[in-house]
Amino acid sequence: MKYLVNIGLETHVQLKTRTKMFCGCLLSTESEPNTNVCPVCLGLPGALPRANKEAVKFTVMSGLMLGCEIARHAEFARKNYFYPDMSKNYQISQSERPLCLGGSVEIHEGGVPSGAPKRVRINHIHLEEDAAKINHYARHSGVDYNRCGTPLMEIVGEPDLASPDEAMEYLQKLREILVYAGVSDCNLEDGNMRSDVNVSLRPEGSAKLGTKVEIKNMNTFKGIHAALEFEIARQTALLEAGGAVVQETRRWDGDLGETFSMRTKENAHDYRYFPEPDLLPVDLSEEQVEQWRKALPEAPEAKRARFQETLGLPAYDAGVLAAQKPLADFFEATLAAGAPAKLAANWIMGDLLRLLGAASLDVADLRTVTPASLAALLKLVDAKTVNGPTAKALLEEIFKKGGDPEAIVKERGLAQVADSGAIEALARQAIEANPKPAAEFRGGKAASLQFLVGQVMKLSKGKANPKLAAEALRKLLS
Amino acid sequence: MSDSSLDVAHVCALAHFDLSPEEMARFQRELGPIVAYVNKLSELDLTGIEPTQYGQPVANVLREDVVEPSLDRETVLRNAPDASETEFRMPRIVE
Ligand SMILES: [Zn+2]
Repeated sequence: MKYLVNIGLETHVQLKTRTKMFCGCLLSTESEPNTNVCPVCLGLPGALPRANKEAVKFTVMSGLMLGCEIARHAEFARKNYFYPDMSKNYQISQSERPLCLGGSVEIHEGGVPSGAPKRVRINHIHLEEDAAKINHYARHSGVDYNRCGTPLMEIVGEPDLASPDEAMEYLQKLREILVYAGVSDCNLEDGNMRSDVNVSLRPEGSAKLGTKVEIKNMNTFKGIHAALEFEIARQTALLEAGGAVVQETRRWDGDLGETFSMRTKENAHDYRYFPEPDLLPVDLSEEQVEQWRKALPEAPEAKRARFQETLGLPAYDAGVLAAQKPLADFFEATLAAGAPAKLAANWIMGDLLRLLGAASLDVADLRTVTPASLAALLKLVDAKTVNGPTAKALLEEIFKKGGDPEAIVKERGLAQVADSGAIEALARQAIEANPKPAAEFRGGKAASLQFLVGQVMKLSKGKANPKLAAEALRKLLS
Repeated sequence: MSDSSLDVAHVCALAHFDLSPEEMARFQRELGPIVAYVNKLSELDLTGIEPTQYGQPVANVLREDVVEPSLDRETVLRNAPDASETEFRMPRIVE
């Protein structure tokens, strides 16, 4: 029998606010343990939480980017559990009245670019607080509450994903959108984006979802892919042997490449949600939501389409340039500084990305080449003031040391010699110095012209316009 | 309503309370009437009435995203039953 797969992801995303969700403690991964803590995030008796407006804004912005309906009335709730990572013995979360409802992420069927467009539904997005970090040592464990209270947005997806590859594309698209919106760094190594993954199998033809298994707290895309592949194979074998899948939480062991049943009371959780009495509800006005909507960046999909339609870029170029917001911003700033679109696209995707790659540098951290200096260089290329090789060398130099291309060209006399009188003089010189190739060209050997063009370039110290040089030689040798 | 609506053993398991059988029995007996008293509310017909969760019709008491001073670590760790120089210390948890 053939089985169909249903995968659903609940993705926790740390928001990029300066301070924690319910207190003014600084958010930083670089601080010494337990230095960004106060009575609120330590859960001391009597301390009262105050919700961070920026976190509400970021969650609403994410909802708008993902096409959610924004709740006009949202409430916080207590999720009760007892574990040392949560000092209060409850996590402030949202249950009945989350901030965002519905929404979707667009992917391709099969998770491949050639697949038909597919909408993966989002059930809702709610806002909550992260737990503390527990470090394990040989004889004891230690708790660092710096992370406790970090604003965490949970994006609860519907089980619409049909394969590990689709799950990958969903996560990549989600990450792209959230980084674009500027609400999170979505840095996987830092655990900025962690997912609880659920997967179930059902026989082909059956509409009813099978029994699901959950794998919690996965923070790498590769790990999620591998865990899903393993779990699908495990459940398939189980069903084919006439067995049944048990609803449970399993743990992924990346080293062994297997999931293991967690024989704890994990499955017997009873969170006893109830309304958080220390926090008032959030009622968002139409004007407030509209104001935040106006501040939204263009979504990556929309940017790709615009690059193709209004700038005439090929789909591939538009895809590469729109994939990361810093690169797209750099590209657009270069155009705004006067560079022609296709030329800018070629140079950014080619030479600039190559230089960045070799230097292991991110475009966002690039300080030497600026959109203005790149545009100035490309204007020189476009006006044929400098030839290709000179421009390439100039970009490398500016990449290393910075500088104004126009000034460098002027200072060193790098401008391409396009004066036909000067080029003709050089061509004459080249012919006189190389009578044999000149005679060969006259005799019909076309390749000898290339040699002579090379000689003209040499005499001009690389500054001659090669096309004009060839023309001058042809004229003199005809 | 009888005290069977409250499972003291289950609540203790959730709250990590370690009670003796005698204590369990006592709480089962003593908490029963309290739960029964609250349950009187469900005798009323409340269809169409929204639960009152907040005492006052106030909303949107939000904080600007501005850093405020935290406590110094010595103070933070002073009350802990056990601590290292930098962290709260507890028996090793096996993941
Ligand atoms: Zn705090």
